[in-house]
Amino acid sequence: MDAHESDERTAEATSRAPTSSPGPLEAEPYPGSAVLAPGHTYASVTDKISTIVLTRKTPRGWLLGFGVAFALVMLLLYAISYLLIAGIGIWGVNIPVAWGFAIINFVWWIGIGHAGTLISAILLLLHQEWRTSINRFAEAMTLFAVACAGLFPLLHLGRPWFAYWLFPYPNTMGVWPQFRSPLVWDVFAVSTYALVSFMFWYIGLVPDLATLRDRARHPLARMAYGMLAMGWRGSAMHWKRYEMAYWLLAGLATPLVISVHTVVSFDFAIAIVPGWHSTIFPPYFVAGAIYSGFAMVMTLAIPIRRFYGLEDFITMRHLQAMAKVLLATGLMVAYGYLMEGFMAWYSGNRYESGMMANRLFGPYAPLFWSLLLCNVVVPQLLWLQRIRSNVLALFIIAIVVNLGMWLERFVIVVTSLHRDFLPSAWALYVPTVWDWATFVGTLGLFFALLFLFVRVLPMISIFEMRELVSEIGGPAEDGG
Amino acid sequence: MAITRARPSLYGLMAEFESPAELLGAAERAYEEGYRRMDAYTPFPVHGLAEALGFRRTRLPLLVLCGGIAGCIGGYVLQYWIAAIDYPLNIGGRPLNSWPAFIPVTFELTILVAALAAVLGMLALNGLPMPYHPVFNVPAFELASRNRFFLCIESSDAKFEPDETRHFLQSLKAQAVFDVEP
Repeated sequence: MDAHESDERTAEATSRAPTSSPGPLEAEPYPGSAVLAPGHTYASVTDKISTIVLTRKTPRGWLLGFGVAFALVMLLLYAISYLLIAGIGIWGVNIPVAWGFAIINFVWWIGIGHAGTLISAILLLLHQEWRTSINRFAEAMTLFAVACAGLFPLLHLGRPWFAYWLFPYPNTMGVWPQFRSPLVWDVFAVSTYALVSFMFWYIGLVPDLATLRDRARHPLARMAYGMLAMGWRGSAMHWKRYEMAYWLLAGLATPLVISVHTVVSFDFAIAIVPGWHSTIFPPYFVAGAIYSGFAMVMTLAIPIRRFYGLEDFITMRHLQAMAKVLLATGLMVAYGYLMEGFMAWYSGNRYESGMMANRLFGPYAPLFWSLLLCNVVVPQLLWLQRIRSNVLALFIIAIVVNLGMWLERFVIVVTSLHRDFLPSAWALYVPTVWDWATFVGTLGLFFALLFLFVRVLPMISIFEMRELVSEIGGPAEDGG
Repeated sequence: MAITRARPSLYGLMAEFESPAELLGAAERAYEEGYRRMDAYTPFPVHGLAEALGFRRTRLPLLVLCGGIAGCIGGYVLQYWIAAIDYPLNIGGRPLNSWPAFIPVTFELTILVAALAAVLGMLALNGLPMPYHPVFNVPAFELASRNRFFLCIESSDAKFEPDETRHFLQSLKAQAVFDVEP
């Protein structure tokens, strides 16, 4: 029983024997269907999750991983510094392909972020209790992905130090932003998204910060967690308003997350470039965002649960549910590809069909076929229960989907731009080493922030796990 | 315990319970008994507890609605004023008040102000951040964020009598009853 193990970790355990009477919902209809391994108590979930943060010893694997990620952050800073000195001529972008890696990576990162909001908001509203153990780090993933995404359009401005010109503020130049431009909509959509995601994440953290404040032994840690917890004391009145605020935020975040990727797709759909000017873009982009986001959640959840021994909390049920979401959204994305092809043919527009022929057989055709392999063919393996219950297979499929979604954005951005209406304006786009350095650098930034997050903050929502213990009829008498 | 004349020597009395059900029962009994100035402290939200303590509806949803309406109107007016009055640009003869193009930003600002109202409103109504609160003077209270459930009857309650209230709390099968210093 896991209760024994957690009892050992409990420093101030009063030696009351933990009784684990199975509750009504605790029985597993089929193996791996539980959202929480049996035998857990309020104390054991609290201790198990908070110990990861409050332990003094930093695991060696953490140091190694953080070291690699941090080195990549240095690469990012180097690439950005050079960019600020030399200008965006160091990138591969030029006319006709003026958007290149900056927009590809922007869309990719924003899409990854969307799964976090989906898990924390939409699944909350739908009463999906399996979200509880993955929502916290999925939300963190959202924040860090949005941070990486936001860098790209800023750097792409050419003069990033004037980025604040994008906001409507009274200025001596007497000019205002052009509100009819999707690029200005993007500014509002992405900054609202970043701010709301941050508030959602932080508000979710407050009761857990209070737990850490009460359990930390080091005075500095007590003080830091205490300040961040803002004096949270778990009052019944506070919980009432807290839950209300959390639900309202979930209700607000749900249309927000749909709107953000819709606005991102408007950047393309409102242009007249063949392959972009399409009404299917908003839903197709939203489905793609959820698809890539869930793939990233799985890519992160599988190593984390293994490394920190969290298989009790992130069970096979979670992985299977995510695999099914992956399969479903993958099919929506496949439908999007199909419709793009169909409309190119059915519209009878020669530029559209020329674009599609170029995509299928042009210079970037290998990327297009790889994207079909990654996003459409490989995920069909998820129909098989054998694959869905194989952790390694899920991990590999998730990484393949991440890659496929990146290729998709590359194909959308580059194949449409590099050959548009006039053959005299055609050119090829080749990313430079600085493009790659910036992209790999943001991967480093993302992982460095995640490593810091799992070290100093609870990666699973502790109070929601306690609530889950009480809901699934956990032990009435609780051992600690 | 040093007794100062200026302020009461006791913030209240706090009873510790083992389960949410016991706490809920105790809160209901205390309310029946006539206690009003009291609060319960739990490691996770317990449904019905705030109501058992006599908590009426929260004004938070109304605040969020007002925030949303303010964001919506403010967002549209901002764009209208900029695009049609202060900085009119004639682009291909399109109307200055080209409202469909103003919807995305209006929508985002609606969400933003409503979300800010939800978060800041929740914190303000809860009186957070609060650097000091007497309940933290009880050493056992650190378990309120782990696995224990507390009910605190405050000395400012009209019906509060130190000895009587202590007996009452003990009669509720509390694990322990603590003095809460102010």
